Amino acid sequence: MKVKVHLRVNGSAYEVEIEPRRTLLELIRDDLELNGTKEGCGLGECGTCTVLLDGRPIKSCITLAVQADGREVTTIEGIEGDDGTLHPIQQAFIDHGAIQCGFCTPGMVLSAKGLLDENPRPTELEVREAIAGNLCRCTGYQKIVEAILSASSK
Amino acid sequence: MEAEVRPLPKMDYVAPSSLKEAFNLLKKYKEKARLLAGGTDLIPKMKKGMVRAEVLIDLNRIHRLSGIKQRKDGLHIGGLTRLAEIRESPLVKEKAPALVQAISLMASPPIRNRATLAGNLCTASPAADTAPPLLVLDASVKLQSGQRERIVPLSEFFLGPQRTVRRPDEIVIEVIIPVQEGSSAFLKLGRRKAFTLAVVSAAAFARVRQGKFEEVRLALGAVAPTPLRSRRVEEALRGKEVNEENIARAAELIREEVKPISDVRASEEYRREMSLVFTQRILAKVDGRG
Repeated sequence: MKVKVHLRVNGSAYEVEIEPRRTLLELIRDDLELNGTKEGCGLGECGTCTVLLDGRPIKSCITLAVQADGREVTTIEGIEGDDGTLHPIQQAFIDHGAIQCGFCTPGMVLSAKGLLDENPRPTELEVREAIAGNLCRCTGYQKIVEAILSASSK
Repeated sequence: MEAEVRPLPKMDYVAPSSLKEAFNLLKKYKEKARLLAGGTDLIPKMKKGMVRAEVLIDLNRIHRLSGIKQRKDGLHIGGLTRLAEIRESPLVKEKAPALVQAISLMASPPIRNRATLAGNLCTASPAADTAPPLLVLDASVKLQSGQRERIVPLSEFFLGPQRTVRRPDEIVIEVIIPVQEGSSAFLKLGRRKAFTLAVVSAAAFARVRQGKFEEVRLALGAVAPTPLRSRRVEEALRGKEVNEENIARAAELIREEVKPISDVRASEEYRREMSLVFTQRILAKVDGRG
């Protein structure tokens, strides 16, 4: 069985026919070949697969692709400026050395974007809560929190 | 040991846009079908092979299943309402602060953006964090199948781990929190501060008049096969003067009510001790003594 799904990803409209058992993550990586979104645990725990669905962070490895029908998905590829400049959050991650191995970075950045879009001036605690579902096995949390806080004031 | 994660098995998928359609599909597929709400529990379980479904019936297109409304008899929260929406609702914050406090400590923001209230209750984990606050708020669950509708007090909803009174042909329409005067609160003990399951959770509701507990309710999570409403502690306090001695004496009764197990998060003995500690702490939060 295949189901027709209409969705927008990073501003572009797509119509795909997809098996209902396939996750949104599989659609993003395998069909749309947007490989910035990572698969970690596959169970919604580590947060490397975080994308925005209608502007809010969700875990794409435990969301079915069919559930994105009629919705807007934003991945890490979709947040830079039209002229190719990095998003302020991405730039802040670089400036603050908030990237080590980089595997958690796309998810961290999107969780941060979900927060800052709703709450442009968060407290440190709110930042920490916003990334509670994103694990960094390099354990670079302090610099990540600093980067998000600095991006928030821009 | 953690089960292996694998791709989801082949399955069919239907997304009804009305309740009527959903009931017909439930009747047609019976035990072959599983209801899909937020999917934050169901999809990982299917990936681990712990749950099978030949058909997923996706409820997300039935818009009347989500939303928060205030009616004469109380607050009505649609079964499909996301935990994030409940947490952000000024109405829930005002009428059911314990529920907002509990949701704030649940999972992580991306999970709360998808997970639903009915999903958390129907999963029926003994550690389900929405349960203790809803138990002390005397909430009920409205279940429907076709034209048949019934309202079950949440205290009668859970039967055991992963088991509720919901019949396979029924859908949780909404959760009703009655209008009431009083204060409520929630506390959770986990292995970490965030993104963790409860070792023990506790919720209490109290209405104190002239220094006495006119009404008091207590519920604990993760210390029994189901979320536990502590009738003994409540009875020992109802009508009694609010003072340390009365609370300490009543709280001791929690030891006889909890039936904890040892698991990866804590031992039985530790949970038993913490049940007492958290009973005292949560009562102190609602007893009106500041």
